[in-house]
Amino acid sequence: MSSQFWSYIRRNPLLLVGVSLFVLLFLFWAIGPTFIDVTKARPISAMADLAPSAEYPLGTDSVGRQLLPNLLAGSLYTFEIGLAAGTIGLLVGTILGFVAGYFGGTVDSIISTAADVALTIPALAVLVVIAAVIKEGLNVRSMALIVAMLAWMRPARTIRAQVLSMRERPYVEIARLSGMNDFQIIVQELLPNLLPYLAASYVGAVAAALLAAIGLEAMGLGPQNDPTLGMTIFWCNYYGALLRGMWWWWAPPIAAILYVFMGLFAISSGLDELSNPRLRRAR
Amino acid sequence: MSAAVLQVRNLCVHYDTDAGPIKAAENVTFDLAKGERLGLVGESGSGKSTTVLALLRMVTSPGRIRSGQVVVDGTDLMQLSPEQMRRMRGSAVSLIPQAAMNSLNPVMRIRDHFYDTIRAHDRSMDRRQLAEHSAQLVESVGLRPNVLGMYPHELSGGMKQRVCIAMGICLQPKVIIADEPTSALDVVVQRQVMETLGRIQRELDAAIILVGHDMGLMAQFVDKLGIMYAGRLVEVGPVADVFREPLHPYTRLLINTLPSLDVKAVFKGIPGTTPSLLNAPPGCAFHQRCPDASGSCYESDHVLTEVLPGRWVACPCYAGAAA
Amino acid sequence: MSLQYVVRRVLLFLLIIWVGTSLIFFLPKLAPNRDPVAQRLGMLAATGGVNSDEIDAMVEAYRAKFGLDLPVWRQYLNYMGDMLRFDFNYSLAMYPATVIEIIGRAVPWSVGLLAVSTFFAFLLGSLLGGLLGWPRTPRIVHYISTPFLMMSSVPYYLLGLIVMYIFAFKLKWLPLGGGSQYGTMPSLSWTFIIDVVQHAILPALSMVIAGIGFWALSMRGMMVTTLGEDYVMLAEARGLSPRRIFFRYAMRNAILPQTTGLALSAGTILSGSLLVEVIFRYPGMGSVLYRAITSFDFFMIYGVVFFVVLTVGLATLMLDLIYPFLDPRIRYSRQ
Repeated sequence: MSSQFWSYIRRNPLLLVGVSLFVLLFLFWAIGPTFIDVTKARPISAMADLAPSAEYPLGTDSVGRQLLPNLLAGSLYTFEIGLAAGTIGLLVGTILGFVAGYFGGTVDSIISTAADVALTIPALAVLVVIAAVIKEGLNVRSMALIVAMLAWMRPARTIRAQVLSMRERPYVEIARLSGMNDFQIIVQELLPNLLPYLAASYVGAVAAALLAAIGLEAMGLGPQNDPTLGMTIFWCNYYGALLRGMWWWWAPPIAAILYVFMGLFAISSGLDELSNPRLRRAR
Repeated sequence: MSAAVLQVRNLCVHYDTDAGPIKAAENVTFDLAKGERLGLVGESGSGKSTTVLALLRMVTSPGRIRSGQVVVDGTDLMQLSPEQMRRMRGSAVSLIPQAAMNSLNPVMRIRDHFYDTIRAHDRSMDRRQLAEHSAQLVESVGLRPNVLGMYPHELSGGMKQRVCIAMGICLQPKVIIADEPTSALDVVVQRQVMETLGRIQRELDAAIILVGHDMGLMAQFVDKLGIMYAGRLVEVGPVADVFREPLHPYTRLLINTLPSLDVKAVFKGIPGTTPSLLNAPPGCAFHQRCPDASGSCYESDHVLTEVLPGRWVACPCYAGAAA
Repeated sequence: MSLQYVVRRVLLFLLIIWVGTSLIFFLPKLAPNRDPVAQRLGMLAATGGVNSDEIDAMVEAYRAKFGLDLPVWRQYLNYMGDMLRFDFNYSLAMYPATVIEIIGRAVPWSVGLLAVSTFFAFLLGSLLGGLLGWPRTPRIVHYISTPFLMMSSVPYYLLGLIVMYIFAFKLKWLPLGGGSQYGTMPSLSWTFIIDVVQHAILPALSMVIAGIGFWALSMRGMMVTTLGEDYVMLAEARGLSPRRIFFRYAMRNAILPQTTGLALSAGTILSGSLLVEVIFRYPGMGSVLYRAITSFDFFMIYGVVFFVVLTVGLATLMLDLIYPFLDPRIRYSRQ
């Protein structure tokens, strides 16, 4: 059994790579605060516009934030938003997708049309409107809620398609004939087979949520006081960090975002391979 | 009997998996004469489809043709380069697929399917000739020429299958492989399609291998019957003889399971299940379910031998036995 | 293509526009007892200066239509009426310019960048994805495409920053930003056109690099699925050349769900391009929106958002109407 596991890993290293990347990240967040004082991520914690040195490993920005604590706190905040929004989006989307696929009929039509319309209306547009209006009141939690509102559609569509195809399969018929009620069928028969799709949708939802959150923040529509990665980029732009050659300001958040997205990409590719055997390359 | 147009010798096809090789076809050996009809029967997983795919060298990974020869009209297909083999497909050996629900390209018209097939082998015809030829082909299978302008989804199942037959013969192949051509069709259409197929085959004087598990259909259509079990060919012989007096224990049990219109009796199955093709136990593939297994059956696999003129069987019980 | 199909698609389009514009109207109202527009107008009036009379008139006009004393449904009807006439009022930040004027000048830049980038990304990406799914493709293609695939999940604007740093800041091969040389007048001369292209290369590049990866990835999946179809198997059994099978049987069928994917991604692509414009200070809708956000120019925000919804709706509608020409099963459906 374990030899099969290792030969599988050899052929599909991406999943392992992705998971390892995140394990490293979690370690950074868990152990980091003992060495790095997170309170120094606030403005006026040090002299402004300092290049990296022994005392300030990532230098400082134009309002005196120390950038290494900024990176630690920011990456954590950003990921929290993404994870929270992705989770809410997945839960809502899964429930709606299930209901639409399993019960069909008018319920399906309503949910599907709503999802199609919501998918087409660009999320950013709506989010911009909301965020612009409640700009002063934005914090990490409200960001997550806002972004989650438009993260449910793709999971809903995917789950619905899967449920539709599974509904007619023989094992569901048999379950029904042997007297299982709808709820039991859903939990015992359908859910286990949906797991790979749920996992893939989850990764997708988190990635989409991160994308939306960082995008909004980069436009300035984010928590004004919390140094999320997107807001850091916004401030970079606002203060012209690129033109002033302050690479220590704009490079770390970009690197962090790239790191997270690569990790998510690796995991989703790995999951893809797992759930779609045809993608597996034969020896 | 005319000379053999197809000679298959010791064809072995394996599927490479993480757990080891699955022997889907082991030492398959048979001959086919010009104009002869061979029926290949067996349970699901017995290796019939794998064998015929191997004849076309279309086994997809993780499957591999490990060894064997497939000689068509003197040319061993296993020795050809990929490009040479491509030219053989459709022109020397052609395939009529199973249940043509999805065998036609949904975004191409029927006539373009014919043009593609012909032009892949013969670029000399111009459009007018192609059109005429295609019209003749569809008429020969009993369809009207207006079918040519349609898209596949506009045709019924039976019509699509007949288009596939027409494509399968348009280059006048020497060997036609029909892989369960009628399994998804209803009985009436089944009869029409089989009649068309038979007529076309006789006109072309092509050899045909009909793969399936409908014994009744086999009885009516083929000259020779080949029984496959666990990847091995266990019996080959003239169809009437095999039915009347099956030689291999598996064949006997198989014939017994066929319900008869005359005698009312309880349905009989064959006890046991097919052995794993992955870790096959030593000895004859059938010995676990064979009522006559003894001695050597447990140790070594039996080879297909000609025990009577034209009758081959892979079982020692009949070596030298009289009719 | 049946009339029913066209009608359904157009109705969906109208529904999208209606829902989008309504959301823009209602969402701000959810913020408890606050009318940011009125507040802003008040601020403007207080600091009016030269235009104080006109600003006062504007404040009055606004209050007449959207004042808090009017019932919500009344305000809504006024709002919808304005939207349908494309009357977005004046820009609060760039008074006396109207919102529609400013948007009108920005739209050609955005559409140009978007159309060209999406076109190349989609075509190149799909071709690459098709090759990646095809078993006979040489290994080197896989190696070369790996970086592109990895970039597929990275947001456009991040790539934009990186590309800007490398090519504009460090290597100084291309301009740092803007749509054209500062101070030049738009004209149809060669120098202007070259200037525009030079300025557009980096923004377009960031969108194309990330886009190629995305389309390649999804096309690869479609290709793998299509290759498993019976008609591809039969095509090989008929002795067709691998090239023919790749283009006419595999790609031609895999492109169908891919096109649907394009229609569904229209919103995301547009959103991404807006941010790219901000990074490069490209004079399209993105920069207009950014300036509007930072200067609390609410009328402008609403106007741009409306246009974004409109553009995406139109793009989706067009793709939906083209689709039947690609798939004969939709065009000639059996009764």
